Amino acid sequence: MSQTVNITINGRQTQVPQGTLIIEAAKAMGIEVPAFCYYEGYSLQAACRMCLVEVEKMPKLQPGCTLTANEGMVIHTESPNVVAARKGTLEFLLSNHPLDCPVCDKGGECELQDMVFRYGAGESRHVENKVHTPEKQWSPVVFYDAPRCILCYRCVRVCDEGLGVGALGVSNRGVISEIVPNGEDHLKCDECGACIDICPVGALTSGSYRYQTRPWEMTHVGTVCTHCGDGCKTTLGVKNNEIMRGNNRDRSGINGEFLCIKGRYAFDFTSHNERLQAPLVRVNGKLEPVSWSEALATVAAKFKEVKAAGGRFGVIGSTRTTNEENFFLQKFARTGLGTNNIDHHRSGDLATLLDALSGRENALASVADLYTAKGALIVGADLSQQHPLIAFQLRANFRHHAAKLFTVTPGPVREDEIALAAVRAQAGGELQAIEGLREKLAAAGDLTILFGDAIKGEAVRKLVAFGDSLGIPVRYVCLLDNSNSRGAVDMGLLPDLGPGFKAVEKPGLAAPEMLADAKLDVLWLVGANPLKSATLANAGAFVVVQDLFLTETAQRADVVLPAASAYEKNGTVTNTCGEVQKLKPAIRTMGAKADLEIIGLIAREMGINAGIWTPDKVFAEIQQTVRGYNVPAAVLTAGAAALTMPVNGRVASQARPELIRSAGDTLFTSGSLGRYSKVLNSVMESPGGLFRHERE
Amino acid sequence: MLYNQPSPHETRVLTRRFGLPNSASIDTYLASDGYKAFLKAMQMAPDEIVGEVKTSALRGRGGAGFPTGMKWSFVPRNSPKPKYIVVNADESEPATCKDRVLMEEDPHGLIEGTMIAARAIGSEKGYIYIRGEYRYLIDHMDRAIDEAYARGWLGKNIQGTGMNFDLSTHTGAGAYECGEESALLESLEGKRGNPRLKPPFPATHGVYQCPTVVNNVETFYAVPHIINMGGQAFADLGTPKNGGTRMFCLSGHINNPGVFELKMGANLLWMIDAVGGGLRSGRKLKAVIPGGSSCPILRADECDLAMDYDTVAKAGSMLGSGGVVIMDDTTDMVAVGLRIMSFYAHESCGWCIPCREGTTWLKKMLWRMNNGEGRKQDIDLINELSKNMLGRTFCALGDAAAMPTISLVEKFRDEFEAKVRPVMVPVSGPDQLVAIS
Repeated sequence: MSQTVNITINGRQTQVPQGTLIIEAAKAMGIEVPAFCYYEGYSLQAACRMCLVEVEKMPKLQPGCTLTANEGMVIHTESPNVVAARKGTLEFLLSNHPLDCPVCDKGGECELQDMVFRYGAGESRHVENKVHTPEKQWSPVVFYDAPRCILCYRCVRVCDEGLGVGALGVSNRGVISEIVPNGEDHLKCDECGACIDICPVGALTSGSYRYQTRPWEMTHVGTVCTHCGDGCKTTLGVKNNEIMRGNNRDRSGINGEFLCIKGRYAFDFTSHNERLQAPLVRVNGKLEPVSWSEALATVAAKFKEVKAAGGRFGVIGSTRTTNEENFFLQKFARTGLGTNNIDHHRSGDLATLLDALSGRENALASVADLYTAKGALIVGADLSQQHPLIAFQLRANFRHHAAKLFTVTPGPVREDEIALAAVRAQAGGELQAIEGLREKLAAAGDLTILFGDAIKGEAVRKLVAFGDSLGIPVRYVCLLDNSNSRGAVDMGLLPDLGPGFKAVEKPGLAAPEMLADAKLDVLWLVGANPLKSATLANAGAFVVVQDLFLTETAQRADVVLPAASAYEKNGTVTNTCGEVQKLKPAIRTMGAKADLEIIGLIAREMGINAGIWTPDKVFAEIQQTVRGYNVPAAVLTAGAAALTMPVNGRVASQARPELIRSAGDTLFTSGSLGRYSKVLNSVMESPGGLFRHERE
Repeated sequence: MLYNQPSPHETRVLTRRFGLPNSASIDTYLASDGYKAFLKAMQMAPDEIVGEVKTSALRGRGGAGFPTGMKWSFVPRNSPKPKYIVVNADESEPATCKDRVLMEEDPHGLIEGTMIAARAIGSEKGYIYIRGEYRYLIDHMDRAIDEAYARGWLGKNIQGTGMNFDLSTHTGAGAYECGEESALLESLEGKRGNPRLKPPFPATHGVYQCPTVVNNVETFYAVPHIINMGGQAFADLGTPKNGGTRMFCLSGHINNPGVFELKMGANLLWMIDAVGGGLRSGRKLKAVIPGGSSCPILRADECDLAMDYDTVAKAGSMLGSGGVVIMDDTTDMVAVGLRIMSFYAHESCGWCIPCREGTTWLKKMLWRMNNGEGRKQDIDLINELSKNMLGRTFCALGDAAAMPTISLVEKFRDEFEAKVRPVMVPVSGPDQLVAIS
């Protein structure tokens, strides 16, 4: 613990740890020291000179962003000298600024605008020609307008330090300095848009948002990204029932302001012109649009007929639908249809992990824990590609706390660059490779082990045994593919496990077994597309598909029911670390219904009472039924994440490692949603690949 | 070759080998007491060397005038990191041309200076960072370094003393900013030449974040002589706290411009008349820039002063890098201001806002003013904008641009006013327009 010192700011005394930056000490007292280049978490620049403060006994004004608190320091942040300096700096800054606020995307939420309103001069004394250079497009999603740039280097730092990409730099010098991408005229990067977000002015603009709207014309809906399993909160700007942009500038949510290309741009599938907007029923071998009532009646009639005949159902759920939908689906399938043939695409062996960890507290790490862990072992996962938020957290942990990272992967990953040890291990060789790191791992102090689908079945138990043998606190993250892959497991979208990992008396068929079952009568797919890579053994099976698009599976269906996306409904999702968060509908797509409603309507049409199917009521049931989900609803409603604690006892699951396989989505792919996202397909890095990291 | 005839008024310590046949060769060097100081230094404890340099009152010749011995004493000798010697040969201050002459005439003098500094701080590696425009000098220094290696004066176990020291040149890419020591270090590391945040200073966190001594070429040249003659004897050449001699680069409207080694504290007017041969064709002195373009200008009536760091500072200017620019009564001070500001606008690295934007804005205003397009309010604006840069920039480049400009506006305001374009207003009568200001 560092020593505390007394300092005085604007006549008010305070105590802060020695070495606290004055800008932070002032902030804690509610005193604003304005700055452009200072950005907490990133390296110090002292370049913008906006934060100059007066310190008694120091002849010159000092930058508050780099000056550290020392005993007895007396600081003035509003003295005439300081006020004049700020005004002077803003005047300099505006001298070559185009002042095109009326057409600039940033107008209304621009830090320069705010600063000039608050601290600047209203009238310009600059009558010279301004420096002008044409706007440049660096990628489909990033544009750069040098005249607006104030050269605060935030973009350069967030890309280099935050993302570990380092795609941006500075060229030229003096007044013609400008930010340049690594490819001189184009970006080769993650296309995450963090540079755009962090830009205090309108110099960096988004390819999909630019010149579309003004900030105050939108409503802002904080929801959870529907793509990977990290569960980033994304705040969608909505205008006229259209999502204009995604960002998270208010830093609410587990991801702070971090978003990758998917969270920031890949909402565009919602308005894709191939989106299903009416139910389809196969008539004479062709899918014809029909009314909802007709489609539901067709489904209910068939389901009733098969049920009455004692036929076989197969139900495959989704890894993106909400907990409520998953819970309700399995409940209806088990009790209403009388089948345990329920499954989803399994991407990690969570059940075995929880069994191996039974009886322990604090054995699972949250996203926040990844920022504070002293050591992290990454096994068989390309985090920067598959789990960008987790990669970001670990990188920030390395940068700020010198966390010790270790990678055991089949090929190079970006985390190798900051890892204490990077080991290449092919499938099956991971545990042996980890054994070789034993001493280094044990020296880390504490360890978080993150593993992908390479570790499953018995290997998970061996991994936990290895963790136990290290003699230090060890926590685990079982990496899962999609936004609610975790919720699908927790809610019991499994043939052998019900909600809360409770064993089912008569386990049903797993997904591949259903497809291979020649006697299957009905296959009901809620947001799943297994027929992309498999065939249905019974060509005569009645197939019902709920989806956003006419996927390979939907094309085979007898009834297709248009579903709402995660951005169009209420409910909760659970990320790969087990943190549950609430979705909020940003838009509505005409004709589509939330899966929960569709399932409920099918039940009603069949005359089965499966309970009330509003998300709130179902969640209340989940809270009572699923262990670990008894989190305060108010926390979720307020937009925060609540960590679930799924089980603390044995899990009687059938180890089926052969069923577990990650879809292997990269930063630029996202299952069928990714195929319908124009942005993801437009960037030159797409589709990318795993374990192929190369330093640019 | 020498660019000017030596003056009888010179005190030749650093320049004592100038004019010797083949003065750049190691043979000439060894024949004229070369590397003797190094061998002497090897008999001294590192602290003794630093103490001798402190006694000599040697101050950095690059411009800031920081006491060299003190700078060396800041290097943590018990640090486990390697220590580095860096020679700042990025001689870019307008009106300064001393380092090139020293390196041309006596390259081994520089090598010996770095070796003694290395001995003093326990370094085994040095770099000479030479501005890219001095291409020929890089080759010249490389030849001298090769000679020194070949004769065992660089490398492992130098002359059996057990000391190891490697030295190499590094070329700059043409940026004035890289003369600022921390920007130089960035550039040396292969990065963009932006200045670093200070503290920490190079003495503890220099090249590759290791303890580093960065000194000007001329500063290193003084070191062997200090060791040879003793710190006190060197100090006695100058004035108190301003030891030794220094190279003055006399340029401008004088009859005998050139680089001359004079004692610290020499009178400026004497320098102009006796050493510089007086003003050309009997013109009158108007103003002098005493130490390179970043120093505030001195009016003729302020020039009767001793040229040492403290006296010039008291007169409101700086001794700087020794680039003395003498201007006669034909000089257009607005044009001088424009020339200086054009340089700084071109050389501003762009890192911080006041310098990046301020220098260019001022250049544009001074251009207008010099071309008869100035407005009356521009004069005060030039002054105010300069003051808005002064002391508020990241490094001293902003100050370097602001200080001469402020002094020009304040000391020669009448010349600025004379260049203001009169504001014409239409009136009735035969003269359609009348000037109102």
